[in-house]
Amino acid sequence: MVIERIDIHPTHRYEHFKLRRGRPFPFGATLVPGGVNFSIYSRHATSCTLVLFKKYAPQPMAEIPFPEEFRIGNVYSMVVFDLDYENLEYGYRFEGPDNFAEGHWFDKSKILLDPYAKIIGGRDVWGVTPDWNNIYQHRARIAFDDFDWEDDRPLEIPPEDLIIYEMHVRSFTQHPSSRVKHPGTFAAIREKIPYLKDLGVNAIELMPIFEFDEFENSRPSPVTGEKLLNYWGYSTVGFFAPKAGYAATGKLGMQVDEFKALVKDLHKNGIEVILDVVFNHTAEGNENGPYISFRGIDNKTYYMLTAEGYYFNFSGCGNTLNCNNPIVRNMVLDCLRYWASEYHIDGFRFDLASILGRDPWGAPLANPPLLEALAFDPILAKCKLIAEAWDAGGLYQVGSFPAYGRWLEWNGKYRDSIRQFLKGDGNVGEISQSLQGSPDLYAPAGRSPATSINFVTAHDGFTLADLTSYNHKHNEANGENNNDGTNDNYSWNCGVEGWTHNPGVNALRQRQMRNAIAILLVSQGIPMLLMGDELGRSQNGNNNTYCHDNELSWLNWDLLHQNSTLFRFVKNCIAFRHAHPVLRNRQHFQNHDYVGSGYADITWHGTQAWKTDWSNHIRTIAFMLCGKHALQGMVEDNYIYVAMNMHWESHWFEIPGLPTDMQWHVFANTGCNPPNDCYEPGTEPLLTNQSSILLGDRSVVILIGK
Amino acid sequence: MTFKANLEIINEIAKITLAGELDANTAPLFKEQIERALKENIKCLVLLMQDLEYMASAGLRVLIFAKQKLGATVDIYLIKPQEMVRETIENTGFHHSVVINDEYQSP
Repeated sequence: MVIERIDIHPTHRYEHFKLRRGRPFPFGATLVPGGVNFSIYSRHATSCTLVLFKKYAPQPMAEIPFPEEFRIGNVYSMVVFDLDYENLEYGYRFEGPDNFAEGHWFDKSKILLDPYAKIIGGRDVWGVTPDWNNIYQHRARIAFDDFDWEDDRPLEIPPEDLIIYEMHVRSFTQHPSSRVKHPGTFAAIREKIPYLKDLGVNAIELMPIFEFDEFENSRPSPVTGEKLLNYWGYSTVGFFAPKAGYAATGKLGMQVDEFKALVKDLHKNGIEVILDVVFNHTAEGNENGPYISFRGIDNKTYYMLTAEGYYFNFSGCGNTLNCNNPIVRNMVLDCLRYWASEYHIDGFRFDLASILGRDPWGAPLANPPLLEALAFDPILAKCKLIAEAWDAGGLYQVGSFPAYGRWLEWNGKYRDSIRQFLKGDGNVGEISQSLQGSPDLYAPAGRSPATSINFVTAHDGFTLADLTSYNHKHNEANGENNNDGTNDNYSWNCGVEGWTHNPGVNALRQRQMRNAIAILLVSQGIPMLLMGDELGRSQNGNNNTYCHDNELSWLNWDLLHQNSTLFRFVKNCIAFRHAHPVLRNRQHFQNHDYVGSGYADITWHGTQAWKTDWSNHIRTIAFMLCGKHALQGMVEDNYIYVAMNMHWESHWFEIPGLPTDMQWHVFANTGCNPPNDCYEPGTEPLLTNQSSILLGDRSVVILIGK
Repeated sequence: MTFKANLEIINEIAKITLAGELDANTAPLFKEQIERALKENIKCLVLLMQDLEYMASAGLRVLIFAKQKLGATVDIYLIKPQEMVRETIENTGFHHSVVINDEYQSP
């Protein structure tokens, strides 16, 4: 017979609560036999009180001061027995100095959210106006880890094989045309998995899903009067909790289960989940922001402060999390380990990641301990770590982000070079690097082509349809006098600013979208598509829809019918990439023949085969990949030839010859009308003229030699 | 409606008839019945849910508890759950672990 544990029993009492000295680790609220272990750090506090609420209650049911003997070092920990943890919400009060110049903001009147809270109530249903008189807005709850994962685990798809689809949880299905049961939720994404499978992507990157407050800085639109929200959620309230308002079951407190169910089903369908995580700042904002958590727990530890006590603002959002303070660094590590192990997350994309490499005073570090710790962490060892390698304080590290052999980068230089090429700037030298996985940026440091997350569009900036329809941003609806959003769009409207009936302009836009997609999907590296670009989604020229919970942001699924040929083109290009390992090399090209095929791994061409004019303002270029060099000669693939003409006139391209037993077939020609703009891989028709091909103005041709 | 959870075990089949609202306050009653059933050598657990009007997180926790205790070899049948309960079970992925039917027919 096994005896039940008898070593955990109450030793103290406070009013009717039975207590015991807690365990300092793990931080947060943890279920232990008979009770809950509460543990929280504060270096500068002089005392701490646990505040207990019945779920949804406006006033606390109890406040239990941590006995002084329960504090070890800077950690307050305590077990409280016999709590009805299903009906419980908890917070903390801290006492300590209130001295702005010293960086201390202690205020015992405030009830503070546990930074390690695993479920957060208070914004249970999206868009329901909060009771601003509530003394505890974001309310920590206890989570359970009983989800039935069966045999699921992260997929560990090799990075070079990924095709990422960036999406906003709510925008993906909130439009009525999505026809899902619970629009705007994790459950609705599950309903749309067949669509993602059909498209062919094998990873989704979710814009922030950590609990945030959509009502942060909410205000009426000066244009429509409609309420503008913190819609994108790049402003974290709690780093360990999924956004309740994104769950159909959030009102029942089951957002954890619902999100896990989504991850599990995506994995079953071969789709990884990457989270966009925001560790550069928090929802507490600048000196005028609210007390939510960190500010009242230990302001000086959690935030970067100037000598005068003000917040550094490298994030552009009012404060900067002090990520290279060892306490904060450990919190970030704990957080990501939690999401990787408890939610089976496959990767993380770090918003404004360069901030994570700054010291507590803001200076860039040569060897940032947080980035190193993440790179070598045993639990995160197979997770994709993706840096947005710049910040709002002017640190730009694309190509130089401290990588430790692990970090991948959003390649902003790829985006800009391809955009410039598309609009006819003639930067062939620059794009030749982009097409090869940016060896100019990554090869010298021994970083692979798959270091480069290639994208033409992302949530920041124009959608693909708008990139071809607008020369300038049109952000008036944001209420910031069109001052927000980038001015460096490298876009071209094809002759008319915005929507038009002009068939010539519309045809050119369709072609330009296909050109962008084709180039993206034949580039070495990891392609990333923006949600809806496969359907020609427009935001009416708004390049920063961070505040719009409306049709400007939502994906209109009727576009699937209106732009079915574009969808087909994107789908075929994705399938083409999956079919051809020569497009997904693990190492950079060597520019010579190292397998004895008679062809170098990559060769460059122009309108004449084997001759490339690298002059500035040249708008024609072509390259050929030798299939025998696929994956460094490990597998044999077809030969692929890609010709690009971004000139406003047609050009004949002389095609390089193939080995004698092969012939060129046409996979795609964006100058042709659908359905001849592309073919399903495996059904490519034979090219009639094997020696040369006419490329229409601003068009791309992809041939396959087999 | 007052919450009810009535257990009967016939021929190694445990049937629990649920009615009312299954939330944090009533989940312990449901768990009691599950634990009673677990003490017997049952070959399946049938939950008659037609009159169950509401299920909160605590109810789902007890269902998961039952599944984990019974293991993969003992099937759990959820019979005629109301729309809200059924959707909750589907949205949280628990439908993969049980059989949802309109009626229970002994195999």
